[in-house]
Formats: sequence, structure tokens, C-alpha cells
Amino acid sequence: MDFHLTNEQLMLRKMYRDFAENEVRPLAEEIDEEERFPMETVEKMAKLGMMGIYFPKEYGGAGGDVLAYAMAVEELAKVCGTTAVILSAHTSLCCAPIFENGTEEQKKKYLPDLLSGRKIGAFGLTEPNAGTDASGQQTTAVLDESGENYILNGSKCFITNGTVAETFVVFAMTDKSKGNKGISAFIVEKSFPGFSVGKHEKKMGIRGSSTCDLIFEDCIVPKENLLGKEGKGFAIAMKTLDGGRIGIASQALGLGEGAVNEAIKYTQERVQFGKRLSQFQNTQFQLADMHTRMQAAQYLVYAAAMKKQNHEDYSMDASMAKLFAAEAASDVTRRAVQLFGGYGYTREYPVERMMRDAKITEIYEGTSEVQRMVIASRLGVK
Amino acid sequence: MKIFVSIKQVPDTSGKVAVNPDGTLNRASMQTITNPDDMNALEAALKLKDETGCKVIVVTMGPPPAAGMLREALAMGADEAVLVSAREFGGSDTYATSQVLAAAIDTIGVEDDDLVICGRQAIDGDTAQVGPQIGEKLGLPQITYAADIKMDGKTVTVQRMLEDGYMTIKTQTPCLITCIKELNEPRYMSVGGVFEAYSKPLTTMGYDALKDHALIDATTIGLKGSPTNIFKSFTPPQKGAGMMMEGADKATCEELAGILAKKHII
Repeated sequence: MDFHLTNEQLMLRKMYRDFAENEVRPLAEEIDEEERFPMETVEKMAKLGMMGIYFPKEYGGAGGDVLAYAMAVEELAKVCGTTAVILSAHTSLCCAPIFENGTEEQKKKYLPDLLSGRKIGAFGLTEPNAGTDASGQQTTAVLDESGENYILNGSKCFITNGTVAETFVVFAMTDKSKGNKGISAFIVEKSFPGFSVGKHEKKMGIRGSSTCDLIFEDCIVPKENLLGKEGKGFAIAMKTLDGGRIGIASQALGLGEGAVNEAIKYTQERVQFGKRLSQFQNTQFQLADMHTRMQAAQYLVYAAAMKKQNHEDYSMDASMAKLFAAEAASDVTRRAVQLFGGYGYTREYPVERMMRDAKITEIYEGTSEVQRMVIASRLGVK
Repeated sequence: MKIFVSIKQVPDTSGKVAVNPDGTLNRASMQTITNPDDMNALEAALKLKDETGCKVIVVTMGPPPAAGMLREALAMGADEAVLVSAREFGGSDTYATSQVLAAAIDTIGVEDDDLVICGRQAIDGDTAQVGPQIGEKLGLPQITYAADIKMDGKTVTVQRMLEDGYMTIKTQTPCLITCIKELNEPRYMSVGGVFEAYSKPLTTMGYDALKDHALIDATTIGLKGSPTNIFKSFTPPQKGAGMMMEGADKATCEELAGILAKKHII
């Protein structure tokens, strides 16, 4: 295995780092405190091609690769979990399914605006009664009498980027009798009649990101906005989530690495018992363990990204990367707070925010338990 | 129209400055960055490229690793890069450096509607001499300390920022401009730019390519030929943190006067 990054990847990392340090870090505390979506950061990312990193230039993408995208999410998350998930949900959950499943007309119509960042994308799968059990979709889509439009009814919840997105990939039952195989995917525009955005969730972490309900009341979706074939929605959702897990794993990776960086800095400055904290063996061992976990997570995340880039089967790799990185991030950020002691518990330092942000990575886009189900099933363990 | 931008890789002085026993900088042990003023020069050129579609060529003189800095300039949007690199050029002072850079730029060719843009000065030497000397050697009119640049055809209008005010100068291309940080905010590399950077042309000019150029005097290049000799480099001791007092009332003034009197300043 080649563990060396290419010159382009090293240069991109430097660019992401500069951007994250100068543009993202200064806002991280404020957007968390005020639960404010950082639209100005999205506009800046758009200018740099970050809203369409691994998509071809012909659709307005930057022509990069999946690892370049994972590294972007990672570097953003080192300083701000919110900004990282905005990019991840937009890219993995909206741009990717349209690019991978859309017709040429759909790609030409929707991708240029999304990949250039003129519009933000979101994904609507989860419902109040269909979370981990995504097959329990209650939102329905019925062809109208003219046969030209689907009429959607129902609601979605916990939709990342929900209040700011203009393009949504939404799942609904077109044939309840067929179970999973009765689910279809649609591209829904914010302006479609009967579509509205519901309540904004107040969250524990990633508080600057928008999370809300989507409501469909006789929402008229033109037939040509069916994404993929009728009945193929569940497969599209699962494939999309495989890709999304690389994004969330990268977010977790960045959060953990960011916490290690903060802890190294702090423990070299803080003096107790006449010594810097970093001189105590407990601190050294803690930091060694924390860094080792995050380094292992990075290998898993990068391997999954490279497999996706090479069009190999990466489903289990993405699950392993997300499972490991999310649990490592939760553990490492918690340990960072411990190393900071009382100061770590205050909002004066970023580690408590990182700890709150990290928790969600064990939950969304498939809980850690779901990742274990995927991995076990791939191992043939029944 | 094309714009030459002369840039330099310098030690990152935000970290500790390392000095060799002989007084020269220990560059190998320090992180490097593109000289900050040169980033403003590059941004100025890229802005003009955005407006006019002109070509931007970045030029540097330095050791082979400086190619990495040139690739970053290409990722920001420059079209071509030239690395002027040879053992014979090593250790050059500003007189020698400007000779070599002027020869390199002249070899590519300065045309009627071209510009040469440089940063004001490099953070490692702080001389602000290389840009003006390139201008002299190429026989170009030069405008230093640019805080604003406007182009209208071949007419260049530059606002210079001086210690006691502004001076606006108008001239014709070809000319040389040196830039200060107030001129602009350098852009980031873009994702697409990074993926293009390695397919853009980066050529290396060695000693043989330049030694016969009319501007090159072999006896005045490199460490031996440089008129300047460095006797000692050192990191100045850090000054203590300043003290900020707020308010203009009598009590604050008296407090200030008290502090100054205590230090025997007044």
C-alpha cells in the first residue's frame, strides 16, 4: 500500500488548512453560540471550488478526487464541526446521488448550481418513524391523473442543511405493497408547490448547522424529477449513505485531530505542581494514545475514499471508517476535555464544543450500531 | 499582454529564526513560505488577468525546492512558472540577484504592453532593493509601494503609499511595480487550480541558459561576486509586551505621566 500523498493532495491540504485557520476557525465559537448558519463561509468555499470537489468540470465541479474531498471535510472539522458537515451533507447526500443516478438532463439542470455552490443541497430520508429503519417510509408519492407529476405527502425530520438548501434528494413510497422496493427517489426544488420547511432543531453540537423538518403537502414534483427508476429509491439511499459515511468519518477524524492539536498546545503551556502538564507521563501517554487512534482512523478513512475513487466496492470500508473514526473522535475529544480540566469544561476553550460535535458522528448517517450491522453482514455473520 | 511576477521563497519567520555559526540563515531547518509582499504582487497580477485575460508568468531564483512554491502560484491561477536555479547563483545579494532575474525576464522577453510586478521587500532581508534593481537593469520605469493599480490600455495609474501620504503616478507599459500589503488580499489556491497546477509549464533556467546574456556579469553573481557581505545574522531579543491605556480623562493622563516619570522618560 502506498501511504504517501501526491503533490496535489499535499498542496490541497495546505490550502484547506490555510482556509480553515483564517476563515473558519475565527467563526467557529460564534456560530456555535448563536446557532447561526455560516453562509459567508459557504460562499467563500464555493469560490474555491470546495462545493464540488470530486465532480467533473463539465458539470461545474473542480475535477478533483474523493480523497481530496475527504481531506477538505477533515481539515474543516479540525476547527469547526459545523462547517464540515455542511460541506459533507451537500456533497455526499445531494450532489453525489444526482451525479451517480441522474439522467443527463437532470445532471445538466441541477449539478452546475450545486457544484459551484450557488445552491446548497440536502437529503431527505429520515422520518419521525423511519430512522435507522429507513425502509419504514411513510411519505408517499402518487402519480396524478395527468401522469405528469408525482404528488408527495408526508414529512421528513433531522434534515441537515434543510433551511438553507434549494435542492433536495427526497425519498417516498410509490408502492407501499412492495416494501423497500416500493421506495423511489426524487429531486425536489424548494420552490415546488406544497413544499415547506418545518421547525429548526436545537441541538447539542454542530449548532451552526441547519437541521429541520421538511413538509410535503400535496407537493407537486414533475415526473422528470424522479431520480433513477421507480422503486429503486432504497438502493439509491443506501448507496448514497455509503458515500456519506466517508464524509462523516472525515468529519469525525478532523474533530479528533483538532482536539489532539488543542490538547498538545494547552498541555505545553499549562503549569501545575511547577511543571508543564506535558511533562507528566499521564499527559504524554494520553496524547500518544489519542494521536494513535486518530492516525488509525485516518488510514481507514483515506482507504475508503480511495476505494470509492477507484470504483471498487467500498461499502464495508466506509462503514468501518465511520464506526472507528466516530468512536475515536468521541473518546479523544472527551479525553481532551479531561486534560484541560476545568477550563476544558468552559466555553472559553474549543474542546467542549469538539466533544459535543463529535457525539453526532456516532449517530447520523447510520449509527455505530448500523455500521456494525453492515460490517457483520459483509463478513457473512448471520 | 503578459505580467511577470517575481516571487521569493523565504523562511517562515513566525517560527524561530535559525542562524548558522557563520552568521548566515540556516534555511534548511526552517519552514518556508512565499514572501508575503510577493503574494500581494501575485494577487495584483491575477486580478489584472481576471480583468484582461492576460498571461501571468511567475519567476523565482532559488534552490530546486522553490519549485513547490511556484506550483502553488500556478494553483492560484498563474499560467507559467520559471525557476532560475544554479549553484553559480547561490549566495547572491540583491545586486547579483536582480541581475540574474532581469536576465531571465529579458530572455523570455518584455513586450510593449507587459508589466513586471514584485513585492516591496522580502521578510528575510528587508532590503526592498531587488524590484527596483530589476527595473533599472531592464530599463523600465518603476513605481514602488503600490497601494492601488489601475490599467487602461497601456496606461498604468498607481497610487503609492508613502509614510506621509499618497502619491499617484501615471506611466505607460512596459513598467515595473512593487507592491505593499495594503494593495490587496491574496487569494487562496483553488481546488481546481491545484489539480491543474502540475500540468502547467514550469521551466528551469540554469547557469548555461543565462551566462551569455548581456545583463550577466559572471564576476558579480553568486556569493563571491556579491558586493554585500553578511558579517552576522541574529534573532533580536523579544521586546516586552506594550501596555495599552484607555481613556482621555485627567486620571488616566496623570497615571500615564506617573509611569513615564517613573521610567525617567519625562
